[in-house]
Amino acid sequence: MTEFGASTHPSDGLFDVRLVVNGVTHDVRVPSRRLLSDCLRHDLRLTGTHVGCEHGVCGACTVLVDGTAVRSCLMLAVSADGAAITTVEGLTEPDGTLSPVQQAFADCHGLQCGFCTPGFLITITAALAGSPDPSEAVAREIIGGNLCRCTGYQNIVRAVLRAAELRRSAGGSLGSSPRAGTARAAAS
Amino acid sequence: MKPPAFGYSRPESVGEAVAALASAGPEAKVLAGGQSLIPLLNMRLAAPSHLVDINRLAELSYVSIADGEVVIGAMARHAGVLADPAVTAAQPLIGQALALVAHPVIRNRGTTVGSIVHADPSGEMTAVLALLDGTVVLAGIDGERSVSAKDFLLGPLESDVRPGELATRVSLPVLGPRAGCAFAEVSRRRGDYAVCGVAAVVELAEAGAVASARAAYLSVAGTPLVIDLTEAGADPAAAGRLAMSRVAPTSDIHATADYRRHLAGVLTERALAGALAHARERSGD
Repeated sequence: MTEFGASTHPSDGLFDVRLVVNGVTHDVRVPSRRLLSDCLRHDLRLTGTHVGCEHGVCGACTVLVDGTAVRSCLMLAVSADGAAITTVEGLTEPDGTLSPVQQAFADCHGLQCGFCTPGFLITITAALAGSPDPSEAVAREIIGGNLCRCTGYQNIVRAVLRAAELRRSAGGSLGSSPRAGTARAAAS
Repeated sequence: MKPPAFGYSRPESVGEAVAALASAGPEAKVLAGGQSLIPLLNMRLAAPSHLVDINRLAELSYVSIADGEVVIGAMARHAGVLADPAVTAAQPLIGQALALVAHPVIRNRGTTVGSIVHADPSGEMTAVLALLDGTVVLAGIDGERSVSAKDFLLGPLESDVRPGELATRVSLPVLGPRAGCAFAEVSRRRGDYAVCGVAAVVELAEAGAVASARAAYLSVAGTPLVIDLTEAGADPAAAGRLAMSRVAPTSDIHATADYRRHLAGVLTERALAGALAHARERSGD
């Protein structure tokens, strides 16, 4: 059992959690009920991850946990102990170059107010890694779990297809997958 | 929209988990994928005293096929089960159902056993458990017990998991060589809870006639409703009419009872036609 096993009823107890976020290691002390989304925003001040519905419907809070896209509002920070997390802040290259998905959103005007955009960017980044040449139908399936109240989705669908094109023309290397933690740590 | 306070432990074996559940008392809950439990916590619809987080139990993160059964461990996530071609070939209904469970990102985290234990009457996998008459295995400090689907699903969001117990695996029979299956549902938006859904399995006799046809219905009753449609034979429209006469849905904010009954008929016809075609293809008739 981990050190947590001993604390059977720490209703107000705090837990030490280590998160490697965008390649940077953070040690935080959180209550068990702290959502990962709130830990990122409040404890780590990484406010790029947005919180919309807080029950898993809107997708705005989507982040990568060990490379897999998940809702950060439906995960406890304490459950993520030891995980490597990529937030929207981690998609951009250290020199400020946008990732293919970010560039595609800019090219296709895939956002208006931008509230939902971080969740879309993460969801699409993860999906294109497994499905590099999606049809329009697949593009719609990819974004089916993310809500946007501005765009009507047409330009977001275009952005998925454009991002796939940019990834392929970059040989799948340029920002095709979230940077390895060590690369970012070395750069910063 | 924040969870109430709770105690937390994170065991690393089934033995530690059941010990933690036993010591945490009757108000403790198991946290697996959390895709149903954490929304309930955020909305303050549930307030467990303690969560036993089983996400580190690698021993429960498996899917296997043995002795005519697909066995799904409690930490197998929907996405992993759906991506296993041996599983979806052995029991295609699992793949057909999982493709309709929420969205891919939810399936990345949610667990198949967890969704069955959650016993949501709108849950696809709950209907699959009922239709295939699967078995749930529960572990406690005094050992294991197996519970069949009909005894396990007690009511809406209520399953036969006793205080101190951890559901460790679910067994579902593989699809017979002369059988076919299909899943059809209608939801307001892709990935939403189904307004009505139908899972169907048809088995052909040697002569190609229908030996048995059964369907399970989600979102029309407090637990998945299983209806024997064998008397409709190979006539999907007759099966649809039969289903409409057997379901007794209620009206709610999402749909009227009449609309749900209508959907039960239409979806039965679609699912039966799909299952029949699937059975004929598999049996070579």
